[in-house]
Amino acid sequence: MTKLDAKIPAGPIEKKWDQHRFDLKLVNPSNRRKYEIIVVGTGLAGAGAAASLAELGYNVKCFGIHDSPRRAHSIAAQGGINAAKNYPNDGDSIYRLFYDTVKGGDYRAREANVYRLAQVSNAIIDHCVALGVPFAREYGGLLDNRSFGGAQLSRTFYARGQTGQQLLLGAYSSLCRQIGKGQVKMLPRREMLDLVVVGGRARGIVTRNLVNGKIESHSANAICLCTGGYGNVFFLSTNAQNCNASAAWRCYKQGALFANPCFTQIHPTCIPVHGDKQSKLTLMSESLRNDGRVWVPKKKSDRRPPAQISEQERDYYLERKYPSFGNLVPRDVASRAAKEQCDDGRGVGSTGLAVFLDFEDAIKRVGKGTIEEKYGNLFEMYERITGEDPYRSPMMIYPAIHYTMGGLWVDYDLMSTIPGLFVLGEANFSDHGANRLGASALMQGLADGFFIIPYCMAGYLASTKFDKVDIAHQAFKDTELRAQTQIKKLLAVDGKRTVLEFHRELGLLLWEKCGMARSEAGLKQALEKIPEIRAEYWQNVKVPGVNEDLNQSLERANRVADYFDLAELLCRDALERVESCGGHFRVESQTEEGEAKRDDEHFAHVAAWEYQGSDKVPLRHQEPLAFEHCKPTQRSYK
Amino acid sequence: MTQNLNLTLKIWRQANSDARGRFETYQARDVSPEMSFLEMLDFVNEELTKEGKEPIAFEHDCREGICGCCGAVVNGRAHGGLAGTTLCQVHMRHFANGSTVVIEPWRARPFKVLKDLIVDRSPFEKLQQAGGFISVNTGSAPEANSIPVKREDAELAMDAAACIGCGACVAACPNASAMLFVSAKVSHLALLPQGKAEALARAHRMVARMDELGFGNCSNEAECEAACPKRVKIANIARLNREFLKAALFGPIARKGVPSA
Ligand SMILES: Cc1cc2nc3c(=O)[nH]c(=O)nc-3n(C[C@H](O)[C@H](O)[C@H](O)COP(=O)(O)OP(=O)(O)OC[C@H]3O[C@@H](n4cnc5c(N)ncnc54)[C@H](O)[C@@H]3O)c2cc1C
Ligand code: FES
Repeated sequence: MTKLDAKIPAGPIEKKWDQHRFDLKLVNPSNRRKYEIIVVGTGLAGAGAAASLAELGYNVKCFGIHDSPRRAHSIAAQGGINAAKNYPNDGDSIYRLFYDTVKGGDYRAREANVYRLAQVSNAIIDHCVALGVPFAREYGGLLDNRSFGGAQLSRTFYARGQTGQQLLLGAYSSLCRQIGKGQVKMLPRREMLDLVVVGGRARGIVTRNLVNGKIESHSANAICLCTGGYGNVFFLSTNAQNCNASAAWRCYKQGALFANPCFTQIHPTCIPVHGDKQSKLTLMSESLRNDGRVWVPKKKSDRRPPAQISEQERDYYLERKYPSFGNLVPRDVASRAAKEQCDDGRGVGSTGLAVFLDFEDAIKRVGKGTIEEKYGNLFEMYERITGEDPYRSPMMIYPAIHYTMGGLWVDYDLMSTIPGLFVLGEANFSDHGANRLGASALMQGLADGFFIIPYCMAGYLASTKFDKVDIAHQAFKDTELRAQTQIKKLLAVDGKRTVLEFHRELGLLLWEKCGMARSEAGLKQALEKIPEIRAEYWQNVKVPGVNEDLNQSLERANRVADYFDLAELLCRDALERVESCGGHFRVESQTEEGEAKRDDEHFAHVAAWEYQGSDKVPLRHQEPLAFEHCKPTQRSYK
Repeated sequence: MTQNLNLTLKIWRQANSDARGRFETYQARDVSPEMSFLEMLDFVNEELTKEGKEPIAFEHDCREGICGCCGAVVNGRAHGGLAGTTLCQVHMRHFANGSTVVIEPWRARPFKVLKDLIVDRSPFEKLQQAGGFISVNTGSAPEANSIPVKREDAELAMDAAACIGCGACVAACPNASAMLFVSAKVSHLALLPQGKAEALARAHRMVARMDELGFGNCSNEAECEAACPKRVKIANIARLNREFLKAALFGPIARKGVPSA
């Protein structure tokens, strides 16, 4: 049985990282070129890791699905990135950022990791500015900050509504510099299909060349998995189409533990579903709730246009239920409240699955010009998609899956339970507990990639004696065969239903039973139904074309095959966690007023799952969480 | 609610870069005006798959207009011709019922077709690697606010940095020039104090690489600006020329056909 040792350094929390960096072994500069490191993914975590490791002189091979590293999903982040600079002089500090993040995560994250994240946050901003990231500035030429995600101070740095794009382009430019120097070998349009483990250590990967279908092996001394989150298991989400769980999932099947899969985040302000042919949901930045008022008609099934519904006939339910936070309650609370209204028959729009987000009062108060200055690009995006003008009639919004806090389990060194396999960015579980605060995913991706992995990697390499392993090793042959067999199997089914249809069916089921509200009965139903859909998939899916070609249907078929298994684990994890915390709301565990109720006595731990074989129930391990600095309290936004 | 649409699609099909391509005609029936253009293609692909035919390959990811994956020439216009809009953000309500829609890949010498509507934009990577960066190693940056940046400069840099690298500018240019792409990167970095130290060398290296890669010369057609879904301006090209001319003063550069600033 795998033992979980988070390897949290001893000593006071402020000193842990410094002391640990001192204790970690170093690799002498002239020896670094003897090591090969594989980085999978080119988002903030991957591009940052590949660039910083190459700068140190390691030989890096970097992989991504896209034609260019710049297209990784980090590019789509809108709002901003947190740091504890305290430029506005409003009382911020490393300690406060740490505290807010642990509390925001509903006391399900590791204190030591979060403290380190807050500690390196300032260096991230310094580095990004040096790389040429055009952050917003004040008239005096210094950096501007805004408030975000219900924080009581302004600590968010931003570049218009395109912060993720600008940060990724910064990390990408460092990566390009290293590719140009030959220190990174970039392999684009490659999808990792499996991990190669030799003698208990991660020693390579097997990939598929997405242009010609070639199955290829790559060996290394260590692997950094930076493959992002698994929100697309729900089919409709705010994630890009190529986001997937396969790389992480296949590592799980090789023995890496998967932690807290049921911790998924639902974002309250997305453009609602419009029809059954829809492929994705579009996020409308959380900042809109600073000025927009959320409401539904008081009368059930009231389908009159909003202008005809008088003030007395409207229910501003967030302001009514949460007078002190109003429209600015955290994401999980706002999402559940919207669902409640719609379940109750008060939803609006053609499907009844939407609520209004109204700017009429704000426009009256500050003028259309000011609103346009603040949110112009979002209003434009809204109009482009819906064909409606939000300056004249209220926006319609509904919650959607947005981010996954769960992921592969890692220790303080970001290493999974497979030695040599490091996991960075959204793909790991480490810093956000049961709920992520706005603007902290970008911070974590860059922290992991630029500022944490270089130290941990040296520590691992310098303290490990490596056997000589190259791709001639039998383990590579076996892994390639496994990947090929699965592809052949998928192509051979030649059934009647498309991959998309299966994915949509699974996603809907998961959204219903394991989305915003989860019950024992619902989860049990899902756990019965998922294996049925999976069984049908392997008998009735139709994957056109051949392997030896650019075959997008096959790419998707491979990913959806893993979603069935992941969906099952998600439900299992949700079923076992009989408490409500953060994004995980169990209907059995709520206060009398219907708010989420944590159970610290039984669940103040990380649940990490160990694969036991394809038809066996996985093993649930626990990593207890101790809170020495942030004393758990029940969150209240009344 | 507007009615659903029936459309005739003429789509470029090409098995791989060596194969010869041709237009194929498809009927898209009962298309909801609320669908995005790419969702309409998904819909057609679902039908093709069920009929046992190969779906149309097209590149896409974010479907929000930011990753730069998508792009095709639709009825002769890059990204369909809606101002400031990527193809993934075009919705079907802009098409008339019964109309014919012609869809083809970017056509530009440096971008070869990989399959159907997918082209190889890797020459952009080589341009970027030639100098599209500031040479700073992790850990060596000064405190972020130690160098103030004029707000106008930061805003102009941001305008240029908004480029998503989709390739529409190259596809729209009669000479297949990459001047808008290169100039946007050069401008973004040259406008910031952090990027000034390398500005000349950067412009020099990126322009030289552009020639090597077979991109054409800029003859001030301004088609690139019209096609850019992120509204990147040709004023950046003028700025590149200034930087480039400055570079030319400092070192001899063999370069043909640079339009005068
Ligand atoms: C719409 C939206 C807005 C957001 N806004 C914000 C915000 O304002 N602030 C904030 O802090 N966070 C925000 N987030 C969250 C944040 O963007 C992500 O959590 C973060 O960018 C993830 O970065 P990453 O490097 O871990 O992974 P990603 O950027 O997702 O990169 C994953 C990489 O892995 C590659 N990959 C995946 N699978 C494979 C495989 N099998 N083989 C090879 N390569 C593979 C991909 O090609 C890609 O390069 C937002 C998220 C969304 C969806
Ligand atoms: S799919 Fe990302 S820009 Fe169109």
